[in-house]
Amino acid sequence: MELTAFDKQLLNVLQCGVQFVPKPYEAMAQQLGVSEDRVISRLQELKKSGFIRKVGAFFNSDKLGYSGTLVAAKIEPEQVAAVAARINEYPEITHNYQRTCGYVLWFTAITHCDERRKQILAEIRQLPGVISLLDLYSQKKYKIDVQFKLK
Amino acid sequence: MEFSEVDKKIVRALQSDFPICSEPYRKIAEDIGISQEELLNRLNEMKEEGILRKMGAVLRHVEVGFKANALVVWVVPPEQMDEVAAKMCAHSEVTHCYDRNTAPDWPYNFYTMIHMDSKESCIEFARELSEETGITEYELQFTEKEWKKTSMQYFAE
Repeated sequence: MELTAFDKQLLNVLQCGVQFVPKPYEAMAQQLGVSEDRVISRLQELKKSGFIRKVGAFFNSDKLGYSGTLVAAKIEPEQVAAVAARINEYPEITHNYQRTCGYVLWFTAITHCDERRKQILAEIRQLPGVISLLDLYSQKKYKIDVQFKLK
Repeated sequence: MEFSEVDKKIVRALQSDFPICSEPYRKIAEDIGISQEELLNRLNEMKEEGILRKMGAVLRHVEVGFKANALVVWVVPPEQMDEVAAKMCAHSEVTHCYDRNTAPDWPYNFYTMIHMDSKESCIEFARELSEETGITEYELQFTEKEWKKTSMQYFAE
């Protein structure tokens, strides 16, 4: 399935945010000059066919009392898959990617206290094949609101 | 930071898939056991307080045409960081931009995530960003494998 010009407009509007009003898709439809039914049925199709991973809330972790960090891990090549599987078991670890550099696994951890973060990192450091971890925290977030402009 | 039981219920409910139907908030309010009006008021407050950034969407970026992405890590002098960030963030191809601490064998203190249609355009785009900002020490890291990509479940306990 190919995205139509309307689909792209619709996805751009959706990424800007769903309003907090009783009929938010009607508000979107007005913006696009189409009916509410058209917006709803098309979004359902785009979700079903896999263009939309999720419609949902974006929270500010800090304001909910959580804090996040990015961790880079240097791992023996033959152990990468096994370590990745163990890392994935933590619900606090939401993203885990293998990248093309000396630090092969990059994962994010969101925890409600420092002790928990340190505990998770200490446990991972003990896994067979783990050479070292970098705990890379951020102080200045310049842009975190991902929006893909579809043209 | 203290959150009421109702707030926690709201946060938990909003982490699931947001309904694509005519009155999605009515459905969520019913599940939580509050009125739609109460839910909408609280959401507006949470937005003002900065707790809730937005109700939006996560697209599958490969499917919508951004077939390649790279994490570009840079060494930016601290006193230039705000200015460099402003220039880089102005490009819609830059989807994330933030600073991070360094380590003895890791000098990179500034991170941008870029999304393009190919690996080659990522390399070319990073070169353009470097030229525009004058930051010449950088490295591109491509994703070889996505082991996990989920949304955080807050107040899951």
